[in-house]
Amino acid sequence: MIKLRPVFWLLLPAVGVIFVFGAIPLLISLVYSFLTANPYGGVAMPPTFSSYVQMLFDQDFDGSLVFMPDYIWIAVRSLYLALLTTMLSLAVGFPVAWYIVCQSPNRRKVLLTLVSLPFWINTLIRTYCWILILRDEGLINGFLKWLGIIQHPLPLLYNQGAILLGLVYTFLPFMVLPIYATLERLDPRLIEAAYDLYANRWQLFRRVIWPLTKPGIAAGTVLVFAPALGAFLQPDLLGGGKQLLIGSLIEMQFTSSRNWPFGAALSMLVTFAVLVALAWQSRRSKAGAEARA
Amino acid sequence: MLHMAALKTSTDGDRARMASVALSDADRPVTRMVPQPDPLRHLIEVVQVEKIFGDPTNGHKALEAINVSIEEKEFFTLLGPSGCGKTTLLRMIAGFEHPTTGEIRLQGRDVASLPPRTRPVNMVFQNYALFPHLTVAQNVAFGLEMLNWKKPDIAARVNETLALVKLDTFRQRKPAQLSGGQQQRVALARALAPRPQVLLLDEPLSALDLKLRREMQFELKRLQRETGITFVLVTHDQEEALAMSDRLAVMNTGRIQQIGTPEEIYDNPANRFVADFIGEANLIPGAALGRNASVVIAVRPERVALASPDMPARLRGVVDSATFLGSDTLMEVTVPSGRVRARIRGAARLAPGTEVGLAWPADAERELAD
Repeated sequence: MIKLRPVFWLLLPAVGVIFVFGAIPLLISLVYSFLTANPYGGVAMPPTFSSYVQMLFDQDFDGSLVFMPDYIWIAVRSLYLALLTTMLSLAVGFPVAWYIVCQSPNRRKVLLTLVSLPFWINTLIRTYCWILILRDEGLINGFLKWLGIIQHPLPLLYNQGAILLGLVYTFLPFMVLPIYATLERLDPRLIEAAYDLYANRWQLFRRVIWPLTKPGIAAGTVLVFAPALGAFLQPDLLGGGKQLLIGSLIEMQFTSSRNWPFGAALSMLVTFAVLVALAWQSRRSKAGAEARA
Repeated sequence: MLHMAALKTSTDGDRARMASVALSDADRPVTRMVPQPDPLRHLIEVVQVEKIFGDPTNGHKALEAINVSIEEKEFFTLLGPSGCGKTTLLRMIAGFEHPTTGEIRLQGRDVASLPPRTRPVNMVFQNYALFPHLTVAQNVAFGLEMLNWKKPDIAARVNETLALVKLDTFRQRKPAQLSGGQQQRVALARALAPRPQVLLLDEPLSALDLKLRREMQFELKRLQRETGITFVLVTHDQEEALAMSDRLAVMNTGRIQQIGTPEEIYDNPANRFVADFIGEANLIPGAALGRNASVVIAVRPERVALASPDMPARLRGVVDSATFLGSDTLMEVTVPSGRVRARIRGAARLAPGTEVGLAWPADAERELAD
């Protein structure tokens, strides 16, 4: 008999959770994506590739396949929005993380709690709050009208900007926390050494801080990009469902459209995109680890 | 040969560095950048410097009434126990701390409020602070790149400096792949590459084991000789300070206790603290020797001998222990005023409890204010 190390038994619960709640649903989705849709919901036999074909082609009246780029555009738009969300989160999150690291240990604790505070409130409720803030009779428009700066409400809600705002707002903590973790480990004497060796602020950032925080930036990038790509709450509520994104499209397949295999196939597409991002991140952090080694 | 080469290229480097320094604070006249030999002017002058951390009225006073002058090509050491303010003073010369009051002059100009990047001063940090993501060669090139040197010039200077610290074969390694002693050499090379006017060393040898530390002491002296750069070293190790320095300042509780050559300080300690901190000293209350009660008499153990007909006893006591060390015997003697250590030439087999008389020549004692 092979004697298992205690580490195995300690890892078992975590592996179990990942397997039951991660791997099995993913496998079910993978299987479903190759089955036929049941018009009353659920899936039926026989196995088919039609869900994947459906992403690119539409069936004409005579049964022939016609190229249809609609779904591609949805995917591209989603990708674009997810990337934009990631970049904005980085642009906002890095200075925030830097600011927190520069504070006294006690203030750091307070600020970190503030950063993770939104997790205590349901995302749906928080997203609804943005509607209250952004709508025509909302907080911002009401205030500006009261000041007399505007006569007619600004179109703040139900556009791409509102979606972007909602996504950045929701996922920003996932960018701040890993960057904070790497910045905190940064030896402050390295900064002094760079200044001592005639570096200015920009050179210090470009040549010392950025390369040494890359692993945290890569982790934050993936942590924001992955959920932003599949998000449907913010696009639905803040975008008004005017511009379909892939998250909403998937959600529709399991609810109103009752096409589970197609929804499963689209999920596989998103999973694939996230896997690519993860591969990129692991390469990045490996490079970072080598730099530290 | 190496020495000549280093000196020759250092003048080119100086010009490049000064140009860039002049650019970075253009409001000052450029003429001051040209080094003029001035026998009356010190390279570094610290004038009436005081440093208070925190609230200026009741904060922690780290430094008080500091006045030091350091000369060109000097190996100068700031020596003192931890918390005496020596590192704060060094960081002020580097520009990481600014004095609360007083001036720090570099070649006659007050730099007290200028940032580190505008000072032709480089530092070797206590734990080296090497950039972990850069190779040895990139670490050494860092300062030169920041000064906008041309690529071929950088390559030449990096090669030359790595040869100077005998690390030519490690250029492509990352710091983590080097031993502590090698990292130390990289840190030295990185700080020496821009040929600063002053090299600051913050406890550079404290992380090394004893054997390596001895080796690096010689290395540092050699580097200082070959480059002709002023070294300012901070240490709490009095042996290190005595062995390496041209002059040293002994510090305690934020004040300078004494400045002088190692010999001056060893032979003529200015006060009780210095006598006790530098080497070993017996501090005997004046009253015990029939003198003024307000003074303390310091006598080095190696100057104490057993009383003999031609050297009458100054103190009488009882032997506590006598340890034969080969060339010497270390004796601990209990006297009425306390305990006296004596290092006596040759073997002196005296059993504990033996009564002895202790004597020393008149020039062996120093009278110190208590």
